[in-house]
Amino acid sequence: MKDTRETPSVSRRDFLKSAGCLTIAIPLFGNCWLPEAEKTFAEELPGSLNRQPQISAWLEVLANGKLRVYTGKMELGQGIRTAIAQVAAEELDMDMSQVEVHLAETGKTPHEGYTAGSGSIENSAMSVRYAAAAARQKLLELAAVKLKSSPAKLTMANGHVLVAGGKEKLTFAQILDGKQITDEVRLPVKLKDKTTYRLVGKAIPRTDIERMARGEQVHIHDLRFPGMLHARMVRPPAYSAKLVSLEESTLKKEFPGIVKTVVNGNFVGILATDEYEAMQAQAFLQKHIKWETGQNLPVEDLPTHIQKQATKTEQVKSKGEKPDSPSISHKASYFKPYIMHGSIGPSCAIALYDQSVLHIWSHSQGVYPLREAMSKMLELPPDQIHITGVPGAGCYGHNGADDAAADAALMAMAYPGKHIRVQWSREEEHGWEPYGSALSVDLEASLDQSGKINYYGSNVWTDSHSTRPGGDAATLLPARHISKPFQMQSAGYTGGGHRNAEPYYALPNLQIQAHFFEGPLRVSSLRGLGAYANIFALESFMDELAEKAGKDPLAFRLTHLEDERAIAVVKKIQELTKNEKRGKNEGMGYAFSRYKNTATYCAIAANVWVDSSTKEIKVKKMWACIDAGEVINLDGIINQTEGGMIQAASWTLKEQVTFDSQHVSSLNWATYPIFRFSDVPQVEVAVINRPQEKALGAGEAAQGPTSAAIANAVYQACGKRIRQLPIEAALRQS
Amino acid sequence: MSTEKMKAKITIHVNGRKHTVNVDPSMPLLYVLRNYLELNGPKYGCGQELCGSCMVLIDNKALPSCRLPVDTLQNKAITTLEGLVRKDGKLHPVQQAFVDQQAAQCGYCLNGMVISAAALLEENKSPDEEAIRTHLQRVLCRCGSHSRVIKAVKQAAQPISPKDKQTQE
Repeated sequence: MKDTRETPSVSRRDFLKSAGCLTIAIPLFGNCWLPEAEKTFAEELPGSLNRQPQISAWLEVLANGKLRVYTGKMELGQGIRTAIAQVAAEELDMDMSQVEVHLAETGKTPHEGYTAGSGSIENSAMSVRYAAAAARQKLLELAAVKLKSSPAKLTMANGHVLVAGGKEKLTFAQILDGKQITDEVRLPVKLKDKTTYRLVGKAIPRTDIERMARGEQVHIHDLRFPGMLHARMVRPPAYSAKLVSLEESTLKKEFPGIVKTVVNGNFVGILATDEYEAMQAQAFLQKHIKWETGQNLPVEDLPTHIQKQATKTEQVKSKGEKPDSPSISHKASYFKPYIMHGSIGPSCAIALYDQSVLHIWSHSQGVYPLREAMSKMLELPPDQIHITGVPGAGCYGHNGADDAAADAALMAMAYPGKHIRVQWSREEEHGWEPYGSALSVDLEASLDQSGKINYYGSNVWTDSHSTRPGGDAATLLPARHISKPFQMQSAGYTGGGHRNAEPYYALPNLQIQAHFFEGPLRVSSLRGLGAYANIFALESFMDELAEKAGKDPLAFRLTHLEDERAIAVVKKIQELTKNEKRGKNEGMGYAFSRYKNTATYCAIAANVWVDSSTKEIKVKKMWACIDAGEVINLDGIINQTEGGMIQAASWTLKEQVTFDSQHVSSLNWATYPIFRFSDVPQVEVAVINRPQEKALGAGEAAQGPTSAAIANAVYQACGKRIRQLPIEAALRQS
Repeated sequence: MSTEKMKAKITIHVNGRKHTVNVDPSMPLLYVLRNYLELNGPKYGCGQELCGSCMVLIDNKALPSCRLPVDTLQNKAITTLEGLVRKDGKLHPVQQAFVDQQAAQCGYCLNGMVISAAALLEENKSPDEEAIRTHLQRVLCRCGSHSRVIKAVKQAAQPISPKDKQTQE
């Protein structure tokens, strides 16, 4: 974080004013629903710290007195590096320039699973906070001995400890005599008084953005090693295609620069010294290879197909009874297609097999689970695999990163002693990544005499929402193609399918069921998992019910909310948009959710213009009000929420993976369009900061409510209720 | 060996310097810049001129470099993201504005955004929002940093005067 003090040329206040159109941060101390006493002592340790309680697992005091923080999480563009440095610098009264952050690396950083589910602030940043607070106490104790004083008389500032008012000061390195703090963090941990924070809660700028702007190496794509070779894969034409033959001799004749061709079952890779030659060879071989295509993909109507495929049902929630004769009842069905992660930079990895150790550089979101899967695939013990996390191109989910790492590993094992770089093509990323699952949601509800919901039922049809690497080698794409292929043992994580299927509203009678199917396309985690589709359905349905009840959509929601924090975000979005004037053919739509029903609160408003005759649609402006508890980095939350709205608006309006009986057919940005500048709405974010509440991840909160706010706005604008995503296609067919 | 893969010595002008490389003349500029000149700015995104990740300035015009054969560019002035940085290490106003506005998440698209914006400001000193959107239209971003990118370009178009800067510091 060393250059954060190089003040940008606009002041912080101006920056905030301009960064989010109008950005409001409202610190809320001491409200009625907050705990009375300030929580100076921690009640429990964060999950990651519980598993790795040793302070030195998280913090290393460097010889120059600076601090290195180790996190098992990856930088995905969410700015976690800055948030983690902030909490450490805060507890230890250091300057941001004195703290550096080491991202996920096996053997070096704590094992923190995946960087996923908005869990990095709750787990990693909070672990670092407690470790730093415990380190502070230890440093003060040790310094007291050296300075012949008592801890209470010492002060800590800018990476030094000194006797208050005294002259002699010690760096942390001097206090420790070059050793590290190996004590375990034990409860109670005395945390810094939050009212004295200098850094946490502020919009501390990320320093990696300047490095990117200068063209310095930040992304894995820019890693270079001497003598590095370039690999390209030749993928089958379908998921289950089998290799019949390839003309290796013709390839060698055409491309003498090819170092090696690796054929391992249905896995085919080419190795060359020059990247462009590897690409030309790949294109050549694609034409001179024979495959036997396997099973056909189903081409019938997808919502019908997935409901037919369901094999297992889970009763997610059952409360009360369905009323016998409701005054008003309503039913509706919603659908969300397969959606792509669609990173702008296709997946990339580098591997080197040298002296019995396999080194891998990957933008995987979980280096330890990847090592586990890799170990199984290669039959190589985990301690012979070393994986370094390097940031890739963003998308917020499980894209081809781990698969590319497995490709590189297979190539490196077949050609030891050289760094081997794998770069997926656009077509490979579009055609082989594990998509966000298609979902089908059927809802029904009834209203009582007063227009309140007295029954709500939801049936969700969903595939798995995480087939991330771990114990199952088949989570890695090439593991399914090698001569001793792995078949998926588990269905993966299915719980995400009914995420937010249960409304956060206070409802007396509820039935929530999830039906699991194994769909035609490869799937895994995408930002928000099932919450995106479930909230699209639920919050669209809330508007439909409000209309049946003859109520204003926001007032209808407020009558069903009990949690003050939920009410606060809804009221704030109401206030933010109350003076908005609607133009001709424009509609304003709203939606609310509390992510996972236990995490961040978010209300969204969308102003959408629709031309009923041309079926054109444009999201003109979106607003968000978000409460993620204690804010660590204000600009981080704003950036995540702005981006979340824009990404989700793109999903909602434009996106669906298409496929024919052979394979995925949306293989580039022309056939899988996403938002461009002409589509992007203006965005405005209001953040409610609750310093005394638990800090929650904010990265996925906007996805669900964005979709429903847009669908509700479309209805307001033109009277068409769109229940099948993406909206542009549905509107054209309407 | 087929003739099309014969190598040739090709001289290009990148960031104010002459470079001679011995490559397949049909090699797209992107691969010369990344693999022979070891530049990080232009990035591979799609290879189809559809995403803008690989943008470079060619005679001050922003163009994707993923399909441009290197041998067609021998008399052109090529500028990459790195070449926008001033000799004294100071950032170009567009680069500085991206840092000030924190106009990135993963930052993979930042190259295409900055290069396109720099080209726009060369021909239009004070573009309105419509002009900014139009000029950046071919650059894709997946993280949704567009709104900040627009603000950054607006800032770059109206650099803060040294006097204002002093009072703010």
